Amino acid sequence: MFRIVEKRLLAPDIWLMNVEAPRVAKAAQPGQFVIVRGTEDGERIPLTVADYDREKGTISIVIQAVGASTRKIVAQNDYLADFAGPLGQPSEFIHEDIETLRGKKFLFIAGGVGAAPVYPQVKWMHEHGIEADVIVGARTKEMLIIIDELRKVAGNLYLSTDDGSEGFHGNVTALMKDLIDNRGKHYDEVITIGPMIMMKFVALATREYGIKTIASLNTLMIDGTGMCGACRVSIGGKMKFACVDGPEFDASLIDFDEAMRRQRMYKSKEQVADHRCRIGRGK
Amino acid sequence: MANKIPRVPVREQDPAVRATNFEEVCYGYNLEEARLEASRCLNCKKPQCMAHCPVSVKIPQFIAKVLENDIAGAAKIIAEDSSLPSVCGRVCPQESQCEGACVLGVKGEPVAIGKLERFVGDWDLEHAASQETRETVSNGHKVAVIGSGPSGLACAADLAKMGYKVTVFEALHKIGGVLQYGIPEFRLPKDKVVAREIEKVKKLGVKFETDTIIGRTVTIDSLMDDESFDAVFIGSGAGLPKFMGIPGENLNGVLSANEFLTRINLMKAYKEESDTPFYVGERTVVVGGGNVAMDAVRTAKRLGAEAYIVYRRSEAELPARQEEVHHAKEEGVQFHMLTNPLEIIGDENGWVKAVRCIRMELGEPDESGRRSPKAVPGSEFEIPCNTVIMSLGTSPNPLIASTTEGLQTTRWGGLIANDEGATTREGIFAGGDAVTGAATVILAMGAGRKAAVAIDAYIKEKTAEQ
Repeated sequence: MFRIVEKRLLAPDIWLMNVEAPRVAKAAQPGQFVIVRGTEDGERIPLTVADYDREKGTISIVIQAVGASTRKIVAQNDYLADFAGPLGQPSEFIHEDIETLRGKKFLFIAGGVGAAPVYPQVKWMHEHGIEADVIVGARTKEMLIIIDELRKVAGNLYLSTDDGSEGFHGNVTALMKDLIDNRGKHYDEVITIGPMIMMKFVALATREYGIKTIASLNTLMIDGTGMCGACRVSIGGKMKFACVDGPEFDASLIDFDEAMRRQRMYKSKEQVADHRCRIGRGK
Repeated sequence: MANKIPRVPVREQDPAVRATNFEEVCYGYNLEEARLEASRCLNCKKPQCMAHCPVSVKIPQFIAKVLENDIAGAAKIIAEDSSLPSVCGRVCPQESQCEGACVLGVKGEPVAIGKLERFVGDWDLEHAASQETRETVSNGHKVAVIGSGPSGLACAADLAKMGYKVTVFEALHKIGGVLQYGIPEFRLPKDKVVAREIEKVKKLGVKFETDTIIGRTVTIDSLMDDESFDAVFIGSGAGLPKFMGIPGENLNGVLSANEFLTRINLMKAYKEESDTPFYVGERTVVVGGGNVAMDAVRTAKRLGAEAYIVYRRSEAELPARQEEVHHAKEEGVQFHMLTNPLEIIGDENGWVKAVRCIRMELGEPDESGRRSPKAVPGSEFEIPCNTVIMSLGTSPNPLIASTTEGLQTTRWGGLIANDEGATTREGIFAGGDAVTGAATVILAMGAGRKAAVAIDAYIKEKTAEQ
């Protein structure tokens, strides 16, 4: 059992949980993820680390309640049944020479809850004297999360909404193009975290500009340690396991269409479990 | 006294019924049946059964106790050499070990050693007879055991009995390793057998930390330097699945036997209350011929699929236990022997619709002694199906070796360890599938016990030096 130290609603159906897991907090690095179960019968859900406090021994996760299992996790107030990690490879840049990193201009592109796992990476850069630019996009203003926190650690923070209710009117890819084409921005490396379809289009756009791009894949997983192979993805035509080889890969090599198709493998069953009666709920 | 009665048949669930449920297939002997079967043992002077048991259980002696109706006595004799009789009695390949060497088998049927071991083991779990009640005095030394499968449990239990403070670290949320995620309920009941075996180890004072991935959550170096463990035993098994490397393996509907069985066994996806989904199409093809393949195909059958085995050699080469093959056939599993997949074919949505295979024939024996299969040119054909489960064996997880300085591995990833379990780094021992690659429960258990002796000697020597 892992104690929930703090729980707050960031946006409709999106929760932040701060969980006591001292061993995980001590070991966690940007880019890694944890596997969480809300209750004893719960599914094992992989969630990217949103922040860690080594001294307090806590880890933050951000969960969007989209299915039966994620809803069960956010329904917990005191304890989570399981909290295992940190898993996967840390972001590649933490192994790079600091001076080389300082000479590069980074752009993070986050969509939806992807803003949460982007935060520890931008924070790490900030702590190492690198001011990275960040784009956060969402459907609408109220779905933009972790903005205040990101503002403190980012170089420039740019917001975009599909409906224009906040910041740039359009998606994150359009905003990135606008920054480069019209506002004189130049980037050496892009790191993108968000829905697969968004990362796919970011990767297509950055390829045109010849910008090296890293994407973090949120695939299906059970154990998260290389045992089940549910997370296998094609990277440059080779089979890789997102859990142990990733979750971050060179976006230009990822077969996003296959990854999106594989993500839907258990969809029909989950949708049944996910059925929420909306009768009488108004709009 | 040996008599000339035939081998006492064991009661089993009706195949047609059990192919639709997850209850245990075999009911096992009752006391009367066990004693009758025990009476068949010739009590050989040079017992071949014992010589062919990987941990040399004193088989004729425990069988004699069963005959005398001293089941507690029988349990104590087994406990000297095996810590998991209820498990091994169910999952050991007896036909190639003890029973395969039984003299009675030359002309007739060997003594049902496995069923007798299971009877004694279950009786012991029920009555807690061989379990030590005496208080063990702690010697103040700490040992970390990595992995809670057969080797880890056996090693931890023996060390605890010697007075060590043992902590077992398990990566998953449940204790038991392969006994929990791999072997299905219908072959190894989780509550009745596995949970009780674990309870026995807990009673010895062994601590368990689940959700702890060594190499990620904490490293071996940190356990030894910061948490003052005097020695470490690695029993992390062989958990990584293999794929064939043929086209179509990333189609939807293709999965590893590990994924399929973990969803069903560990996550209990077949139960109403479980949130974990599973997928099994109307026609399921399992590729492989080992015990895991049989477990997967029989599980698919139980979940309502028409279930097929595709195996590239002939039935004589099937590595699975005879009993599992027999049970699978009884349950209606169909076998495509001398058949090898070439490609998995998908529909327009990226879901499996067939496996394209080729017929094989057997050539000369290879280095494993099995005749190597060769493709028959022009014999390609398709098996229509919606699910393909790859059961091609597993290999050790590189996580621990890659995060621990000085731990050497073989070319294929097995940890290098000597007969006593000592690895290439002082104070670190290893055993079971992590060393040998995928093998049996009994070998893993035996390796765990040997390592416990070696760890004890190592720590004593180390303490004497100081």
